[in-house]
Amino acid sequence: MKRTILLVTLALILILALSACGSGTSEPAATDQGSQSPATDSSAPLVCNDPLSCVEVAPGDPIVIASALVITGPNEQLGLDSQYGVEIAIDFYGPVLGHPVQLQAEDDGCSAEGGQTAAQKIVSNPQIVGVIGTSCSGAGVPASRIISDAGYVMISPSNTAPVLTDEATHQAGYLRTAHNDKVQGRAMAEYAIQVLGVKKAAAIHDGDPYTEGLASVFRDSFIELGGEIVAFEGESADATNVEPLLRTVAAAGPEFIYYPVFIPLGSLITKTARELPGLQGVYLAAADGVQSPDFLSAAGSAAEGMFVSGPDLGFANETYDRLVEAYRNKYGTAPLSVFHAHAFDATTLLLRAVEQVAQKGADGTLLIGRQALRDALFATSGYQGVTGTLTCNQFGDCADPKIAVSIVENGAFKAIWP
Amino acid sequence: MLKQIRDGDWISLVLWLFRAVVILLVLYGTVAKLFFGVGNAYSGRDWANFFISGLSQGSLYALIALGYTLVYGVLFMINFAHGEFFMSGTLTATVFVALPLSASGFLDRTPIIGMMLILITAMSVSMGVALLTERVAYRPLRRAPRLVPLITAIGASFFWQYYFRGLFGSSLIPFPELQVLQGRYTILGVEILKTRAVVIVASLIMLVGLYFFVMRTKTGKAIRAVAEDKDVAALMGIDVDRTIAITFATGAAMAGAAGVLYGLVFRQVVFSMGFVPGIKAFTAAVLGGIGSIPGAALGGLFLGIFEAIGPPLFLEGLGIPGGHQLKDVIAFTMLVLVLIFRPQGIIGERLAEKKA
Repeated sequence: MKRTILLVTLALILILALSACGSGTSEPAATDQGSQSPATDSSAPLVCNDPLSCVEVAPGDPIVIASALVITGPNEQLGLDSQYGVEIAIDFYGPVLGHPVQLQAEDDGCSAEGGQTAAQKIVSNPQIVGVIGTSCSGAGVPASRIISDAGYVMISPSNTAPVLTDEATHQAGYLRTAHNDKVQGRAMAEYAIQVLGVKKAAAIHDGDPYTEGLASVFRDSFIELGGEIVAFEGESADATNVEPLLRTVAAAGPEFIYYPVFIPLGSLITKTARELPGLQGVYLAAADGVQSPDFLSAAGSAAEGMFVSGPDLGFANETYDRLVEAYRNKYGTAPLSVFHAHAFDATTLLLRAVEQVAQKGADGTLLIGRQALRDALFATSGYQGVTGTLTCNQFGDCADPKIAVSIVENGAFKAIWP
Repeated sequence: MLKQIRDGDWISLVLWLFRAVVILLVLYGTVAKLFFGVGNAYSGRDWANFFISGLSQGSLYALIALGYTLVYGVLFMINFAHGEFFMSGTLTATVFVALPLSASGFLDRTPIIGMMLILITAMSVSMGVALLTERVAYRPLRRAPRLVPLITAIGASFFWQYYFRGLFGSSLIPFPELQVLQGRYTILGVEILKTRAVVIVASLIMLVGLYFFVMRTKTGKAIRAVAEDKDVAALMGIDVDRTIAITFATGAAMAGAAGVLYGLVFRQVVFSMGFVPGIKAFTAAVLGGIGSIPGAALGGLFLGIFEAIGPPLFLEGLGIPGGHQLKDVIAFTMLVLVLIFRPQGIIGERLAEKKA
């Protein structure tokens, strides 16, 4: 008996060790030093002198990009929406330098573990040029480290946590087209104070970098604008009984509660808050993590009248209209969440950068330098995308952030501010 | 304690210190909260509400914990798929019974018959899933080493979780709200949400019912006999396989009923809903003394109440911010303490060598 347990344990340790090593040894070894010019269409053999490494795409082979988005589980609409944006962008862009583009879709699970798994799977494929993802900031923290360390580049269409593009914690291969929550948290605080005229607010997070970051920015902005934060609470993301939490918050006497969490916890808090006598007439507000039909159906009538902050989708441009039309035709639904346009822009940026830096051989072979690709992306300036004019700073923030506050009315989100 | 120092038993000493530190921290936090008013000011009514909220969550834990304890009692195995039995019945009953009945208005016109239909569906689906799992995954391994059924249990858990995800999708499904259960009762000046009151009363009835089923009926006697010694029970003419199947079915029926009550209180269900309550209920069963029915009930209630009262009471008193996030820490610290100092659980018996 003891021997069996020992053997099983040893086998497990061995498997773990192997899977940990397996991901780090997949760099193509093509780093010859030689005279080299950014030659396209030259008949000389292609030479890779990129400091990181190069991806070689043989004639007729597709250019592979990966996505790491939350495409299963209670938050799947957030990730599927972005994935649809990626697929439409690939369709719209067409072949890159004569090569079709192929998408390898991974699941970030909206968790640190999920982000780590997806990232390790991606960096084990040396053909992948770049990554669109992740959906959730919690997954983005480990994924950005693994992907950057392997020399790859990633652009997130929906990570919004400030920590990802903070000077101290930014990873070299990480960019994003989603807004930084420094903007979103501030917008909600402004709305609460300037439009609703509240003085006392509470904030609730679930410990995930996205929710905690956003709740903290809201707290700081709210205080700066002259309000008072009476409660700053945490709850675990898979909690069921949120009544004690809300009674604690109610005892502090807020007029406004901001809980930028994901759908399961968000709808529980919404429903329970409407039941508690101490919270009648208190404004409820959440953020883009719940801005999808699944939340409305789970929270039902309790969600009526609550506020949700998120990216402003009033993009007045013709490409966005074409994007939504293609979305409806291809997937048979109105957009499921709010980051499809950001995913579209992220994908287009990536493909455009590939087109800029790739060296093309006489037979159609492409050689794409990973450092060159990164440099091209970070150098993006004044690019007219669907979501606005994108300019990337040195820490990877590319967005042209526009935040809207919506209200839930008759089972739909309706933008009311600004 | 002096004896341990004299004997040079340092491990016991360290464990003693650990216990003393935890108890002192809890006491310090409680005193700071109650007598020096650290943090929010709660009224007596608030405390009563914390207690009731914990009691309703705890009675759900208790109902689920019964399944762990019953199966452990007869087979000495931890049935990690039990959380999925809880999920399967609830999800099926919500999609096929609760939502259609609510959409047609039947549920609000005749809430008692409607709830009965939901309960019966949930309990029978849970029982079906449990019987199938027992037949396919556990019975063939009855004579295998103890580790083997544990691993198949984990496998079964994954299988059912993803099976039901395939059936019903991975989105949250809303559980309908009953009009009769909206609002509050006022009992002794304390306002209790109706759903919480119904859950507490229904669970108590089921716990007592199960106790009598096991202690007073012939089938219950057979279950206890199999728990005592399978071979001797077989010699006495008891069909051991059938009794074990009945035990699984009983535990699963309780889990199915708990699932409907869960739906009433939290009003949303999803394929992954069985995991966390399953782990918590397992903790509750171990807390109370695994193998003992009153133990599982008490363990569940204790756990629910500690999770609800702990954060506002001593975590706030200790000045820890965001205390509610740490309720799992309270739950699992309790588990560790019990495992160190009273491995048989709060009211569990000391197990004989053969069972342990």
